[in-house]
Amino acid sequence: MENNKKVILDVKDLQTYFLTDAGVVKAVDGVSFSVREGETIGIVGESGSGKSVTNLSIMKLIPSPPGKIVGGEVIFEDQNILDLSEKELREIRGDKISMIFQDPMTSLNPFLKISTQMIETIRLHNKNVSKEEAREKSIKVLEDVGIPAARERIDSYPHQFSGGMRQRVMIAIALSCNAKVLIADEPTTALDVTIQAQILELIQSISKKYGTSVILITHDLGVVAGMCDEVCVMYAGRIVEKALTDDLYKKPLHPYTEGLIKSVPRMDTSGSKEKLFSIEGQPPNVIDLPPCCPFHPRCHKAMEECKHAYPPRKVFDGHEVSCWLYATDEEKNAVLKSIGSTEENDK
Amino acid sequence: MSDKKEPLLVVKDLKQHFPVSSGGVFSRVKGAIRAVDGISFEVNPGETLGIVGESGCGKSTTVRSIAQLYRPTAGEVIFDGVDLCKLPEKELVKARQQIQMIFQDPYASLDPRMTVRTIIAEPIEIFNKRGLLETKLTSLEIEDQVEKLMERVGLNKAFKNRYPHEFSGGQRQRIGIARALALNPKIILADEPVSALDVSIQAQILNLLNDLQEELGLTYIFIAHDLAVIQHISTRVAVMYLGKIVELADKKELYDNPAHPYTQALLSAAPIPDPVIEKERQRIILTGDVPSPDKKQRGCYFQARCPKRMPWCTCHVPPTFEISEKQKVACWLYDENKDYSKVSMEEAEVDAKSNEAKAAADALGQKKKSK
Repeated sequence: MENNKKVILDVKDLQTYFLTDAGVVKAVDGVSFSVREGETIGIVGESGSGKSVTNLSIMKLIPSPPGKIVGGEVIFEDQNILDLSEKELREIRGDKISMIFQDPMTSLNPFLKISTQMIETIRLHNKNVSKEEAREKSIKVLEDVGIPAARERIDSYPHQFSGGMRQRVMIAIALSCNAKVLIADEPTTALDVTIQAQILELIQSISKKYGTSVILITHDLGVVAGMCDEVCVMYAGRIVEKALTDDLYKKPLHPYTEGLIKSVPRMDTSGSKEKLFSIEGQPPNVIDLPPCCPFHPRCHKAMEECKHAYPPRKVFDGHEVSCWLYATDEEKNAVLKSIGSTEENDK
Repeated sequence: MSDKKEPLLVVKDLKQHFPVSSGGVFSRVKGAIRAVDGISFEVNPGETLGIVGESGCGKSTTVRSIAQLYRPTAGEVIFDGVDLCKLPEKELVKARQQIQMIFQDPYASLDPRMTVRTIIAEPIEIFNKRGLLETKLTSLEIEDQVEKLMERVGLNKAFKNRYPHEFSGGQRQRIGIARALALNPKIILADEPVSALDVSIQAQILNLLNDLQEELGLTYIFIAHDLAVIQHISTRVAVMYLGKIVELADKKELYDNPAHPYTQALLSAAPIPDPVIEKERQRIILTGDVPSPDKKQRGCYFQARCPKRMPWCTCHVPPTFEISEKQKVACWLYDENKDYSKVSMEEAEVDAKSNEAKAAADALGQKKKSK
């Protein structure tokens, strides 16, 4: 799977831990992926799998303490974002890498007019722009994202907009600085189906028009299918499978991905009342996880190895998977042997 | 479906308006939010009626009005031959034994200071105390029932004395289901029971609800905004928009041949988890947002966003047309007697004005009569 597009953002072995009274929460534990120019990469997973923490870490927005980025690199424009000072970070945040969040009401300041918030953002990152120019530019981007009568509405307050419109405003703010990477954290979860379709289409068309790369975080496999070029599936702080979207849906390798795809009721297949496939049990408690495959208690293909060591990462034709099913015999034997020896020691 | 069973629940022209007051010391009512504005449907025993729609369309208000959590503004809710709207509060308690609800947010709907045992036993204890159960139960028997219920919904009975915060979202939803089942209801009103859950847990709860229905012969009214979930669980589906039912049909008809332009748009907007299909799908993207339900609309409620709008629709409220025995739709496109696409704006306006004048005259006449 050759991909010649330029890598814009490269996340390497990122580790973010939270030190709590109850123990260490490894919210993100060795996550690597790269974002290419103009492409959309999806990160799926259930709540608590570390999707959002991954992306907050990219922007170094983890509250510390209790959180701490303990390892890894985020390479953007030949520098490691994690090494930058707060001042340097500010130039990247919102300017080159922008974020939009799930709830557009909480991410806009309810006391300020939309115009004030937009002009502020533009002028913060480009001091040479006059207020009038910034205002004109804001109106233009608002029109770009499909807000009718933008010239009049720019002086409204956030509460005067509906949910879908507010999300459009957020996207407009993200766009106003010509961001190269747009991180969208569940951008449509709070919205209705018809509005969701509008917003997704908007993100797609913007990505095409300006060549913006998008990191789309979601729990909805349907949204991923329609939007993303590549998908990472996260479970308990790790990427368990990464592949091109078509490959992932056609041939999921990891039992978790397989279960996830099968457990969603689908509209296109008859929709009969037969039993849905369900992954039994609950997602694990991520406090002080033992060194094993975190999915093994729920996995219907679990083997002895799974209980004792984290599976090695294997790559087949660009399709990455971390599961003992795909490990070589040598690797499996090594684990089984080490268990054997510890058991003997115990005796 | 065609065999004529007595419907378990009949809803006739149900209206639920919430007054809006002007505020201040001398507040007066200046209007109403028409949350539910004249809906009618029937629910047969043993079936699942799914209600879909976007936020604010009145789905939740509908089931709450049925359960008489709000007293409806107008209309009838006939359950087992009795109109609940006319029952005094005292007799309602008895009816509520048969009608139970499951709520969306398992974090907000369980009292954090009660143990699981107390939560599940509470309805039984209340009915027991008032002597509304067939036989009076001893506390041991209640304990026994609680344990049975917990096992039935897939909870370990050893966790009886734990508090809700010790459980995950899916398990809490199971607690909510156990409580709803405690009084052996006939019908369960489920208000977005899986919307707050993760995908893998959602499948567990949907399977549980299906199993319970088969075993206990339950009837469900099931609300969701996820069309795939509704398709999975329902026998018939009602699509709501702005307080009205725009389409009511058997599941198969609705998903195979959606009639109302809104249903069509909804179905085409819902993502399907398959990249091959997604890439080839043509979407109907609706423009605009759902209008506010605080004023009476002139014409069809959906016309402002409708891709198939005709001049006629802007000033005439569509009645419900029956396409087939299994499919009813409120849209002028399906009137067999007349093709409205040729009617011009002027003609439509003239007709609407004369209708309105007539209606006003009728109303006046009735007022005089009543005096």
